Amino acid sequence: MSLPRKLKDHAARQAEATEPHPEAARKQVAQGKLLARERITAILDPDSFHEYDLFVEHKCSDFGMAKKQLPGDGVITGTGTIAGHPVAIYAQDFTVAGGSLGLAHARKITKIMDHAIKLGIPLIGINDSGGARIQEGVNSLAGYGEIFYRNTLASGVIPQISIILGPCAGGAVYSPALTDFVFVVDKISKMFITGPEVIKTVLGEEISMEDLGGARVQSEISGNAHFYAESEATCFEQVKRLVTFIPWNNRKKADPFNTSPSRTEEDLERIIPSEAHRPYDVRDVLRAVCDGSDFMEVQALWAANIVVGFARMNGRTVGMVANQPAVLAGVLDVDSSDKAARFIRFCDAFNIPLVTFVDLPGYLPGVDQEHAGVIRHGAKLLYAYSEATVPKITVILRKAYGGGYIAMCSRHLGADFVFAWPCAEIAVMGPEGAANIIFKGEIAAAADPEAFRKQKVQEYTEKFASPYVAAANGHVDAVIAPRQTRDFLLHALEISEQKAEPRPARKHGVPPF
Amino acid sequence: MTHSATHPAPHPSKPVRQSIALDGTVYETTLTRKYAQRKPFVPKDPSRLTAIIPGLILDLLVKPGDPVRSGQSLLVLEAMKMQNHIAAHDAGTIKAIHVAPGDTVAKGQLLLEFQ
Repeated sequence: MSLPRKLKDHAARQAEATEPHPEAARKQVAQGKLLARERITAILDPDSFHEYDLFVEHKCSDFGMAKKQLPGDGVITGTGTIAGHPVAIYAQDFTVAGGSLGLAHARKITKIMDHAIKLGIPLIGINDSGGARIQEGVNSLAGYGEIFYRNTLASGVIPQISIILGPCAGGAVYSPALTDFVFVVDKISKMFITGPEVIKTVLGEEISMEDLGGARVQSEISGNAHFYAESEATCFEQVKRLVTFIPWNNRKKADPFNTSPSRTEEDLERIIPSEAHRPYDVRDVLRAVCDGSDFMEVQALWAANIVVGFARMNGRTVGMVANQPAVLAGVLDVDSSDKAARFIRFCDAFNIPLVTFVDLPGYLPGVDQEHAGVIRHGAKLLYAYSEATVPKITVILRKAYGGGYIAMCSRHLGADFVFAWPCAEIAVMGPEGAANIIFKGEIAAAADPEAFRKQKVQEYTEKFASPYVAAANGHVDAVIAPRQTRDFLLHALEISEQKAEPRPARKHGVPPF
Repeated sequence: MTHSATHPAPHPSKPVRQSIALDGTVYETTLTRKYAQRKPFVPKDPSRLTAIIPGLILDLLVKPGDPVRSGQSLLVLEAMKMQNHIAAHDAGTIKAIHVAPGDTVAKGQLLLEFQ
C-alpha cells in the first residue's frame, strides 16, 4: 500500500472508531446529555486534546462478544490543557455498549492514570456507564479493582477530579469516591451502590432513582459530591475554575495569579453584628479578605454550618475554612467535621496554606449526634489540623468556646499565627453557662437569685468574654482591627512561604476514619 | 438476579429474623436492632417547614395568608445562643402557623405550612 492509500485507510479507521452510533447518540442527546467527545472538547482548551488508545480492542469472545466491535472499547482517553494547565482525562462513552466497563476499557483508564501519576498532572474522569460488562465476568471486576488501586496510589500525589454525567452505580461509584472532587449535574448524575429495584425487592421500600442518588441528594444530604450544577455547561465552568486553584501535583505549588485587591476591607466592620447572638454570612468575610473577592466554595450545599473553599491571597492559592453562623449557629457536628477534615487534608497534601476563621458556640448537643459518632468524626478535624504542616493561620472573629476553640486550628494544634478581633470571646464556655456552674451554690442562696446570677454573668463576660486573656497567655499573637485582617494575613502568608515542619518518620498515621 | 424478602414488623426489643431470597436461595438472617427500628424514607414535603435544630421560638415574622418570597425570613428560632432567621426556600403563601413566640420546639417539629 502506498503512503497516500495508507493515509486514506488511516482516516477511514479513525472515522469508524470516533463516529458515534447514530441511534445511541440520538438517545444520549434526548436525555439532555452531551456526547463523550463533546464533553472533553468543552472542558479542555481548544485543540489541546490528544487522544491515545483509540484502536484498543477487547479480547472477550464469550456470549457473542467476539463479533462485536466496540470503538475505543467505550472510553476515550488522552491529555490536554485547561487554561494552560496540563491534565490527563478520560470519558466513558455511553453510546458504546452503554459505557460498560470491560478489561480493555479499564486498562485504558489505568494506563492514563499511570501516565498522570508519572507526569505529575491532574486526572479528570468523566463517568457515564451502565456498570460492569457482564459478558466479561470477573475480568470486568478486575478492571474496577485496578482503577480503585490507582485512585488510592494517586491520592495526595496528583489532584483527581470525577465528573458524574450519567449513571455511576454499584462498584463503579467507588472510583469517584476515592478522588478529591466529585462534580454532579441535576437530573443527569445518578450515584448509588444498590439501585431502587434491589431496595424495593429486598427491603420493601420504594424510592425513585432521583431521591435515592440524584445530584441534589449527593450534594445536599450524603456529601458524596462537592460541586452541583444545573447543566453540563455550568459544571464544566466549575471544573475549569477549580483547576486554576490547585497545583499540578504534590511537588508543586498552585500557579500564581495576578494579585488584585479585595472588595472593601471596611465592609468587615459592617458584616459582623456586635451582638453575639445575631447571625451573619461568614462568606462575606472571606470575600472581603481575599483577592478580587473571588472565593470558590467546595461542598456548598452539604454541612453548610462550615464553609470550606479556595481563594487567593496576593495571587497565591489558600484554603479557607470558616464556621458559618448563618447556619445552625456555626456549630461543629458530624458532617461539618468530616467536610472540613477532608478539605484540610487536601490542602496539606497539595501545599496550599490554610486560613481559618472562627466563630462558633461549640459542638452541637444531641442524642442523634452522639449516637452518630460525633466523637469519632469530630476527632478527624483535630487530626487533620494537627497533621497539616502547610502554613496555618487562624483569625478568631467572634465566639471561640470550649472544644470548638481548640478544634478550629488553635495555637495548640499548631497554628503558626493566631489573630483575634477585639470582639472575639475566647473562653471555656459562654458567660451564662459558666456563671451558672461556678456560682451554682451562691445563686441558690442569694436573696435575689436572678439579680445575683445576672451580676455574675456580667462579671464573667467582662473578665473572660474577650480576646485579652488568650492574648495575655500568648495563645493569640495579635488582637487586630477587622480592617487590618487582609494586611496581617498577606504578611503572615508571605513570611511562611518557606515554612518547614519536619515530623517523626512513620509509614502513615492512623486517623479516626 | 432476583430478590424477594419477607418484611416482619419491627419490634424494639426482640431480635428480628428475616429470610431473603437471592437467585432462588433463601438466606436466614438476623436484623440489627438499629436496622429493625429504622424509619422508612419519606420524601421531603416542601409545603411543610420543620425545625432544623431544637430551640425557642423568639419571633414570628409572618402570619397565615401572607405571601412570601424565596429567602424571606419567616421566624426567629433561638438555638445555640444564636437568633437563627429561618428563611423560605421558595416563594409561596403561608397556610398555617403551628407555633407561637415563647414555644420550645424539638428538632423536626412542624413550624408552619405553605399553600
